[in-house]
Amino acid sequence: MSIAAFHPAHLIAILPELALVALAGVVMTMDVALAENRKRLLGLTTAVGSFVIIALALLFSQPTGELIWGGMIRNDMAAFVFRLVFIFSGAITALLSLDVKGVAHKGDYYAIMLGAVVGMCFMALAADVIMLYLAVETAGIAGYVLAGYVHRDDRSAEAGLKYFLFGAATSAVMLYGLSLLYGFTGETNLNAIATVLASGEVALAAIVVTAVLIVVGVGFKMAAVPFHFWAPDVYEGAPTPVTAFVSTASKTAGFAVLMRVFITGLTASGAWLPMLVALAAVSMTLGNLLALAQTNIKRLLAYSSIAHAGYALVAFVAYSELGMAATVYYLMAYVVTNLAAFGVVILVARSAGSDEIARYAGMSRRSPYLALAMLVAFLSLAGMPPLAGFFGKFYVFAAAVNAGLVWLAFVGVLNAIVGLYYYLAVLKVVYVSPAPEGAAAVDVPRAYGFALAVLSVGIILLGTASAPWFGWALRAAQGLF
Amino acid sequence: MQMGFPILSVITLTPFATGVLLLLFPAERKREIRLTALAAASFTLGLSVVAYFNYDLAAAGYQFVEKAIWVEPLGISYYVGVDGISLPMVLLTGMVMFTGVLISWGVDDRPREFFAFLFILATGVFGVFVALDLFHLFFFYEIAVFPMYLLIAIWGWKVTREYAAMKLTLYLFIGSVLALVGMLAMYFLSGLSTFDMIALQEANFSFAFQKFWFPFVFFGFAVLAGIFPFHNWSPDGHVAAPTAVSMFHAGVLMKLGAFAALRVGVMLLPEGARFWLPLIIFLALINVVYGAFVAMMQRDFKYVIGFSSVSHMGLVMLGVATLNQQGITGAGLQMFSHGVMTALFFACVGIVYDRAHTRDIPSLGGFASKLPWVTVAFIIGGLVSMGMPGFSGFIAELPILLGLWSAGSVTSGHFIAPYYTWIVMIAVIAIVITASYILRVVQRVFFGQMPAEFEGHITNSTRLDKVAIVLLASVLVLLGIFPGLMAPLISSGAENVMAVLGGI
Repeated sequence: MSIAAFHPAHLIAILPELALVALAGVVMTMDVALAENRKRLLGLTTAVGSFVIIALALLFSQPTGELIWGGMIRNDMAAFVFRLVFIFSGAITALLSLDVKGVAHKGDYYAIMLGAVVGMCFMALAADVIMLYLAVETAGIAGYVLAGYVHRDDRSAEAGLKYFLFGAATSAVMLYGLSLLYGFTGETNLNAIATVLASGEVALAAIVVTAVLIVVGVGFKMAAVPFHFWAPDVYEGAPTPVTAFVSTASKTAGFAVLMRVFITGLTASGAWLPMLVALAAVSMTLGNLLALAQTNIKRLLAYSSIAHAGYALVAFVAYSELGMAATVYYLMAYVVTNLAAFGVVILVARSAGSDEIARYAGMSRRSPYLALAMLVAFLSLAGMPPLAGFFGKFYVFAAAVNAGLVWLAFVGVLNAIVGLYYYLAVLKVVYVSPAPEGAAAVDVPRAYGFALAVLSVGIILLGTASAPWFGWALRAAQGLF
Repeated sequence: MQMGFPILSVITLTPFATGVLLLLFPAERKREIRLTALAAASFTLGLSVVAYFNYDLAAAGYQFVEKAIWVEPLGISYYVGVDGISLPMVLLTGMVMFTGVLISWGVDDRPREFFAFLFILATGVFGVFVALDLFHLFFFYEIAVFPMYLLIAIWGWKVTREYAAMKLTLYLFIGSVLALVGMLAMYFLSGLSTFDMIALQEANFSFAFQKFWFPFVFFGFAVLAGIFPFHNWSPDGHVAAPTAVSMFHAGVLMKLGAFAALRVGVMLLPEGARFWLPLIIFLALINVVYGAFVAMMQRDFKYVIGFSSVSHMGLVMLGVATLNQQGITGAGLQMFSHGVMTALFFACVGIVYDRAHTRDIPSLGGFASKLPWVTVAFIIGGLVSMGMPGFSGFIAELPILLGLWSAGSVTSGHFIAPYYTWIVMIAVIAIVITASYILRVVQRVFFGQMPAEFEGHITNSTRLDKVAIVLLASVLVLLGIFPGLMAPLISSGAENVMAVLGGI
């Protein structure tokens, strides 16, 4: 594929990223300029700015599919969709951070988060392994800092360190894999790599080794088994808005890289696909089984997010247009749903001062609408209609059956049953258990109410009027093959 | 008759919209919440009656059809229509919804959420009965599953509710996801790229394919019909559920399972049905006999009714498994008749329990003097249950048994063909047992001496309760006297099924 010569329009292609960087600058400047009691504006600016950038992306940065910026970037439909998901996740995270102690009034917190979003966007845009790795590191380092942002809190500091150690190790392994790829093919552009690999000059074993090494790094990002060990501790220790961000945007970014490298770049899928099939089956099963035993809501959602990585992988290993469309749709559904779930968790933690599931007792009497938001989010995670997760799971299992992976579809549906069990167990506490003496209503600031309303509507939209979103996902998938 | 008004969509979606609307009410406006619920239920019932009487019997087939593209790349459409089998089910659902609201007037703990969840459940049920698209059917089937959990776990009988609710939900969910995989296999193997069930009837799946996938689809749905050995969730669930939910559950939800098993299992995989026929008949027979015996052994009033549902749903399954028109007509009639009857039973049990605060049969007695309306209604239900001529049970059970009797000739060559007379005999014995447990309950609970501790505490049934039970009981009698009100309709639906089964 030829590389387009520079043209001013190429600036427009990365307009959202440029705008995000500018927004980060604005937030940093405001941080210095604003009086202490007006610092809530920082988060609001980040959120509103991000929503404006989403509008900009929709209006101006429509996908072209060309290789631009010296072959570093391709703004195709997949990049377009993923980028919107990342910026949306960032915007909601900013809203959810507004009243969280330790992060709420810090300009650098929001700026670093925007930096992470930029990194993720470039992960999705990258058409070249060098660009790809730079983007992974940008997003990664920003993520480590965010996880450990409240450094005076031991758990947050521990989360940051743990995240960093795992991240650094796995990304080094991935870098080695990418360097092997360059060594074998003499190319850094993913399309060029694919062309060389397709010529059959590189031994199959070499491709498989490369695939294994790269999966280590990507698996870490996706929090798929067996690269998931960091997830429960980091999720639990990190400030909850950061957990929301890492569990949604960062995981999705992992899948974006997976698609770039394993569809555009590597050939001989038959040789390494079984590895990903195993990853999918084990992630679902282990994630769900371990979630059963959790008493802390953040740890429960951590294990559930591992399982969800597994479901999305089920669609990926179908390795077809339908499969990729299902993966993208599943991730969209998951991001919206999980952000809503964490939104509730943040609010309850603010009021109750704890993330223990027992603290949710009787919430439906104290705060009926918050309980309802939680019901919507958790049932969507469980895959119940008319909510986003239902269509997500439906497409995933359809892709698996279509690819002849009927057994994997069965593993998936059995896992969905386990999932339903523990999601219902939490909802039981919310709706059935009596409220403890003197428990008050959960305080819901207006911004949080707005965020949860937007997310709930999004969950229902994705779960009923599925066609337009699936159309996006399908176009993204068609651009990949 | 084709009307411009999208009557089926309005019937399906009104409860859901009302449910969402109710959630926006302030929680303390309980009266307004109840009245809104009642208005919506009356409206839905009214529309189902209108649909019922506007169905053009001469034209038969699917009517009131509406179709809209839902997800085009996968051939998913919003596609509804009713035939002679599904239309009575829509009417039944409308009735149970309406009477369920009346019976639940006294729910005082979070009535807003109660009615909202009940109505979301109703939308799921309506959606399945009117579905002509596999995806559509599955979508609404799943909507019907989860509100059950909350309804039972929150408002159920304190002793067993959490256990029963979880057990029920998991059973149903397991069944439905297994059916889902089967449906996906059908979709992809047909090569038609559509979930349209009418189109899929022409798919001509290979025998090997049908043989393999039929059990997943049929039994996946039949779990909800309470087929042995997957019936276990059902009596527990019935007993733990609050009255209106028991009515919904036994009255309508179990029909959902039988209906989906027929629509998706038998009609799309007829060769598979023929292959698995002996097993279905065997299991359904166990349902009929074992359910009746277990019902006879119960001390708990509500468990008696719960197991009687297991027994009666066995008859529905037997009717389906005849694969002939008579039997399927009987199954359709039995679904309707049993739905109304069991809703009536649970309403009566609920009224008694609300006053006596016990359901232990030996410690009850003499309620006829205090609750004459309930007594009469329960006896009518009992007569239906026994298959007494003049009541709807008779016109339902007779065709099933006749159909079974002659099914041997339809399935000639099959190794079970010579044994059909025996199957009929055994099923008839079960009906005798039914008579014994119903009469026992009637005698022990409603007649005899009222125990001293109840004297003076038992209030009369409320006016709303009476409206509910009178409505249900009169339908049972009316249908028994004038079977022509429904039998020809269901027969036309059964013809539709037979046309699909073709050479079988």
